[in-house]
Amino acid sequence: MKRLLLIALLLPFTAHATDYMLTIKDHQFQPAEFSVPSGTKIKLLIENQDATPEEFDSYPLNREKVITGHGTATIYIGPLTPGRYTFIGEFHETTAQGVIVAQ
Amino acid sequence: MFGTAIIVFREVLEASIIIGILAAATRNIPGSRRWLVAGILAGLVGAGVVAASTDAIGSLANGIGQEIFNAIVLGIAVLMLAWHNIWMASHGAVLAANAKLVGRNIRDGNSECSALLVIVGLAVLREGSETVLFLYGIAASGDGGQSSMMFGGMVGMLLGIAVGYTLYAGLLRVPMRWFFAATGILVLLLAAGMASQAARFLIQADLLPSLAAPLWDTSAVLPENGLPGMLLHSLIGYDSRPAGMQIVFYLTALIAIFIGMKWAARPRQAAMKK
Repeated sequence: MKRLLLIALLLPFTAHATDYMLTIKDHQFQPAEFSVPSGTKIKLLIENQDATPEEFDSYPLNREKVITGHGTATIYIGPLTPGRYTFIGEFHETTAQGVIVAQ
Repeated sequence: MFGTAIIVFREVLEASIIIGILAAATRNIPGSRRWLVAGILAGLVGAGVVAASTDAIGSLANGIGQEIFNAIVLGIAVLMLAWHNIWMASHGAVLAANAKLVGRNIRDGNSECSALLVIVGLAVLREGSETVLFLYGIAASGDGGQSSMMFGGMVGMLLGIAVGYTLYAGLLRVPMRWFFAATGILVLLLAAGMASQAARFLIQADLLPSLAAPLWDTSAVLPENGLPGMLLHSLIGYDSRPAGMQIVFYLTALIAIFIGMKWAARPRQAAMKK
């Protein structure tokens, strides 16, 4: 497994990730819906402007990450096939909801 | 309140299942209970420390510290589970026959117990730190209704513990001749599942290519946020939309540990035939 990791680390990454910004405020994502190109890796920067921690969680994207109060986080997603990918803030599931649309 | 219960349940469930299986698997090793409790306590302290240092951990390595931290914790747990299973494969017959390890084997038993401590401690640390952060968030927010949410958290925690205990009690009822095979397979699958999770974190951090994402999608049939999916996720590392690299890690861990177990069990079988 370690060897696999080493090989993977040495692999040149040809595809460069595109940056997208996402903000959490009052336990809501802004923007709550945004489009990304399909077939390419996306670098998602999330800024939590609330004082309380949040967990970015998405089963469709297979991602989860805690973002502390007033903290920022980086998450890589994709390459995605075209479609709608929902995500939530697990700690405030009723208000923190969003969709990434891959086109 | 209900939402809180589910979140805490999900976090506690995974640690609880790991503890339940390991507690059953090590039941005949002297001192294992003390080590188990020590592991849980150390894990709880560690969870608090990790939760408090989330910011510091997260900002390491250009914002992917959290993923690297999780992957390392999972990686160590996989190695310890592998060690445990290989150790059990070479001592299982003795344990089954004597019911207790005695004499010269006690030192062996101690090293096995420290593996137990690490596995349990890391499981509690990993799942506990998220629970601590979540509950802290509730306590810190001035939304009102905190007491009902805290109550929900308690309910979720107790339910999670109950599942682990049920698994433990169920395993103890397994007849001795199947017992070591049963716990061995469960630990093997736990380890493989954790290897797959470690891969997922490394993909999320862009340190590993996903190979194929997802390799399959069974979320319509067996969603991970449903109870069966949740249980399978904790037990065998079920993932409804796994990346190809996760499967590579899963199978690599599964096969490597299995070979290790066979290798550890072989000399004893040969000696017994003579």
